[in-house]
Parts: sequence; structure tokens; C-alpha cells
Amino acid sequence: MEWLAALTVGGLAGIGMWLLLDRNLVRVVLGIAILGNAINLGVLTSGRFAGSDAAFVTATTVPPDPANPLPQALVLTAIVIGFGLFTFALAVLKSVRESHGITTTDRVTEVTEEAAPDVEEVGLQVHQDDADMHHEAEAPR
Amino acid sequence: MSALVVAPVVIPLVTMLVGVMLRPYHQHVKVVSVIGAILLLLVGIRLVVLADQDVVLAAQLGGWEAPYGISVVIDRLSAAMVAITGVIGLATILYGMVREGNPDVQRNFHVFVHGLLAGVCGAFITADVFNLYVWFEVLLIGSFALLALGGGKRRLAGTMTYLVLNLLATLVFLLSAGLIYSSTGTLNMGELGLIFRGGEAPPAASLAVVMMLLSFAIKAALFPVFGWLPASYHVAWTPVSALFAGLLTKVGVYAMIRLVTLMWPEYGVVHEVLLWVACATMLVGVLGAAAQNEIRRILSFHIVSQVGYMILGLALASPLAIAGAVFYLIHHIVVKANLFLIAGIAARLTGSERLKAMGGLYAKTPWLAILFAIPALSLAGIPPLSGFWAKFVLVKASLADGFWWAAGIALLTGIFTLLSMSKIWNETFLKAHPRGEQAIRDDGGLRWGWWSVTGLAALTVLIGLGAGPVMDYAVAAAGQLAEPVTYFEAITHPGGR
Repeated sequence: MEWLAALTVGGLAGIGMWLLLDRNLVRVVLGIAILGNAINLGVLTSGRFAGSDAAFVTATTVPPDPANPLPQALVLTAIVIGFGLFTFALAVLKSVRESHGITTTDRVTEVTEEAAPDVEEVGLQVHQDDADMHHEAEAPR
Repeated sequence: MSALVVAPVVIPLVTMLVGVMLRPYHQHVKVVSVIGAILLLLVGIRLVVLADQDVVLAAQLGGWEAPYGISVVIDRLSAAMVAITGVIGLATILYGMVREGNPDVQRNFHVFVHGLLAGVCGAFITADVFNLYVWFEVLLIGSFALLALGGGKRRLAGTMTYLVLNLLATLVFLLSAGLIYSSTGTLNMGELGLIFRGGEAPPAASLAVVMMLLSFAIKAALFPVFGWLPASYHVAWTPVSALFAGLLTKVGVYAMIRLVTLMWPEYGVVHEVLLWVACATMLVGVLGAAAQNEIRRILSFHIVSQVGYMILGLALASPLAIAGAVFYLIHHIVVKANLFLIAGIAARLTGSERLKAMGGLYAKTPWLAILFAIPALSLAGIPPLSGFWAKFVLVKASLADGFWWAAGIALLTGIFTLLSMSKIWNETFLKAHPRGEQAIRDDGGLRWGWWSVTGLAALTVLIGLGAGPVMDYAVAAAGQLAEPVTYFEAITHPGGR
């Protein structure tokens, strides 16, 4: 069984990397998601698929053929975290795309390289009077 | 005693939750946030005092014995890092206490900062590889939210870059944690240390740890994987970028120091690679800074070059060099966060953070000029400030081990750093403001921000003048890293605690 899982992990990771290298931001984010799932499966496989029973251990009884519960716990944690991050990434992607029309990785880099805007905003908000003052003072070059 | 062990994580988490519950009451959230930060700082100081008496706090969470449960160990290095996290957290939160601006965004800032602090402190105290991954994710989620705070085209684009590359690093981390488990059957750092030090580690495990170091290298912004840092740090709100500059890359550095000293205490192949990487990081970072003409972008590149120094100390692997790296870590966090905060005040007063559009601050506010000079000269390594002692120890350690070229690169980087700092000094402080003196504002609306930068500058001077005791602490911390008895104790005497 492990060899099948390992091959699946390899295949998924390949697809994920291929998407990550794309210029389109949507594909990049999807690539992260697929790569994440490949790695989750990899972590699960790392515990081997020896047992077939759920490892409900009580003080007196141990199931006859218990599966390794630790990788299951790890991968559950990783899935939950990964899901949250993927959702956040989609939200950022959506607002980047809708409000600024940025859809490619090159454009993202370009925008961050732009010269800093005037007036360091104190409270994360440019005041109207400040903004006016600087528009008058500094004509666009 | 056991309450104190988890306090560094519990305090920010509780503060964050209370902040979320008090959502409609903005003033209350701010008060709670400041109280939380002060408590965290006090706990950090208490931990340092205890650690200085050679007390190493350790606990097995939930009563599960190591190596099955999650261990928490606070030694000297962890205690110092928690204390410094408290300092930077408090400074950032005070700086963020402004009246103007969108109150909802302000409140979210306080909530997210505590979320991030919980992740950072958790990463500093855990002794379990997978738990470390979880704390990395916690701080990552906080940092994403903080970076995007306030929105805007530039900021969202920067968040996108930061998000994708950091997610990739975390996935590499998760994969290597899985591979370590699959090849050694444990995730407990102490047990891993015993396996590696005993020479029983299978090749696959070594490979997995190296892969983990790669993901930490991305987090710490080492050459050649530092590209995300200068592409994103300059777009955030000033206190956010100061918090990131001070703490985030240093979590990566801390994790590298922890794992490398635990697994490979002697100089070896990994150290040799790290040595080259460290030298390249120092040079490339400082040369990148020379090409920039915005104050925060210059400082961002300097983070990269400064991280190189810490990794240099780690790579040399002698007790003196490790102590130098620990000292550098403590000094650098204070100085770097302070420079970003001062840059924010200067930009606020002059109305821009482009060097070309700044100027005249020396005539207008000499106090700010002095406040800038202290961390800037300290960063470059001018005696008697903290940076001098940090660099002195590292150069001395390189020469003692015969790596004269590494010492040369470290000194050369210091000269270039001084050049960069004098560039900021000339353009921002000495040069007349391009639009005349009346263009400079009298008050940036940052009443608390001035206290933050003054306090951090005072701390820099204090570390510089009191370098002896701090260095003694760092040397003892390096000793603990070389012989992490507590890490092994929980494994060799299970249930003994």
C-alpha cells in the first residue's frame, strides 16, 4: 500500500510544483493547495499503513490490529491549518484581482517595486488635507 | 512553576481572545492589549532571571510523557528570546496607539499582534518538531493578516508574494517533519538529538533535517532564498514592518540554532555549507541595500545581511561563536525594530519615505537624529554600542578558527552597513528638505511612538555598556546549547519530572 501512496504523493507534488511555476496567480494558489495535499498524504504515509483498526486504546483493551494514530493526528492538524491558509490565500487573491486587476506574478512584483506613496499613514488612512497638500506640492514627474 | 512554562503562550492567546470578545469597545481592546504585552514582558524577565540562576524549566504537556507527548523546555536561549519578544511586542503596540485612522483596523492590529506573539513565543519554547510547525503556522497566519492590514494595491501585492513563498517554506517544513518521523519514529527534539549525537541516525533522517534547515533558511531569509523579504516588508504599516523586522526572520534563525546545535554539535559538512551561505548572505544583503533609495527598503536588505552574521556564528560551531550568535540575536532584534519605527516617524514628519523627498530633520528635531544615530551606529558596529561587541566576538571567533576570509567579509559588511546608514543620515537628517522647512510637520501624531523608540534606543545603549553580563549570559546559553541536558533528561528518565 505504501508504494501506491508514495507514487500518488510524487504525482500530486509534481502537479503542484508545475502549477506553482505558472505566471497566473490563480494557478499558483491552486498549486500551493495541491502541493499541500500531497505533503499531507506524505505525512500520513510516513506512519506506514500497518494496522487496520482504529486505535481506541482503553486501560484494559487494545484492538487486535491497531493503526498508528500519531500520523493521523499530525495530518488532521495539518489539514485544518492548510484549509485555513488556503481560504486566506483565496481571499487575498480575490481582492488583488477584483480591486486592482492584478492576475500575474510579474505584475505583483512590479506593483511592490513601485515608489513609496507620499505621507506615511499614521493610522492606516490618508487624511484628505494631507493628501491634497502633497498633490499640490509634488507634481507627477 | 508549570504555569510559568506555558505563560509565554497563554498570555498573548488570552489577550487575543479577550480582544476579540471586546470587539465593539475599541479603547478597551487597546488597554487589554497593552496590559497583555506588559505581562508578557514581565514573564520574559522572570524567565531570564530564573534561567540566569541555571534553572531550566521543562514540562510535558497534558501529562503525556516524552517522547509521546509534547515537551516544552525553556533554557537560557528560549528565556532571552521570550523576554525580547515581550520588549518588541510592547514597543510595537505602543507605537500603534494612534488616534487617527480607521478604528476597526486599529483594533484588528492589536488582536493580530497578540496572535502573532503567541506563535513566536510558542516556537521559542517548544521541544517538539511538529509542535514547532504548528507555532510557525500560528505566527504565519497572524503575519498574513497584519501585512494585509489597511489594504491598498501595493500592500495586497506584497502580501501575495509573502504569502506564496512563506506557505511554500511551511510545506517544506511539514514534509520534512513527516520524513523525520518516518525515518526515526520520533518528533521529540531531545530524542532526535540523542539519535543524531549517538551516530545512529539513518541517512534519510539527516536528509530530512537538512530539508528542514532549508525551510528555516527561507524563513530566516538566507542567501539564495531571501527574495521574499525585501519584496514585502516595506509595504506594511510601520509598526507591523518593525515587528516583522525584529522577530519573524529571527524565529527562523532561532530554529536553525536550536536544531543544528542539538543534532550536530561538532563542526561538519552542514556547518561548512552554512558558513558559505552566511558569508554570501552578509555580502548580498548589504550590496542590495546600496542600490535602494527608500528608507524601509534599505533597512529590509540590511535584515538579510545581519541574519548572515548570526548564521556565521552558528556555522563556526565553537562555543565562543555560538555565544556571539546568541548575543547578536538579542542585540539585532532591538536595533532593527527600532530603526523601522524611527524610519516611520521620520517618514511621517517629512511626508515621504523616499530619501529624495525627505530631509531637514536634524535642524527640526535633533532628538530624533540622536535616536536614529544610536541604533544605526550600533547596526554598523561602532563601539561602545551593542553591535560592536556582537561583531567583535564573531570576528574573534572566526579568526580563532582560522577562517580569516569570513572575518574579512564580516568586517567589509560592517563598512558597507556604515555607508548605507550615512546615506540615510545625509538624505533624511542633514540635507535640507526639498520643499523647505515649513513642509516638515511638527507632530506626527505618534505620542507613544516616541516612547517606544526612546526605550529601545536606551536598551541598545544599555546592552552596549553592560555588554559583560549580557555576554556572560550568552556564553552560558551557548554552553547549554552544547550540552542540552534538560532536552535529554525527559527521554532518559521518562516520568521523572
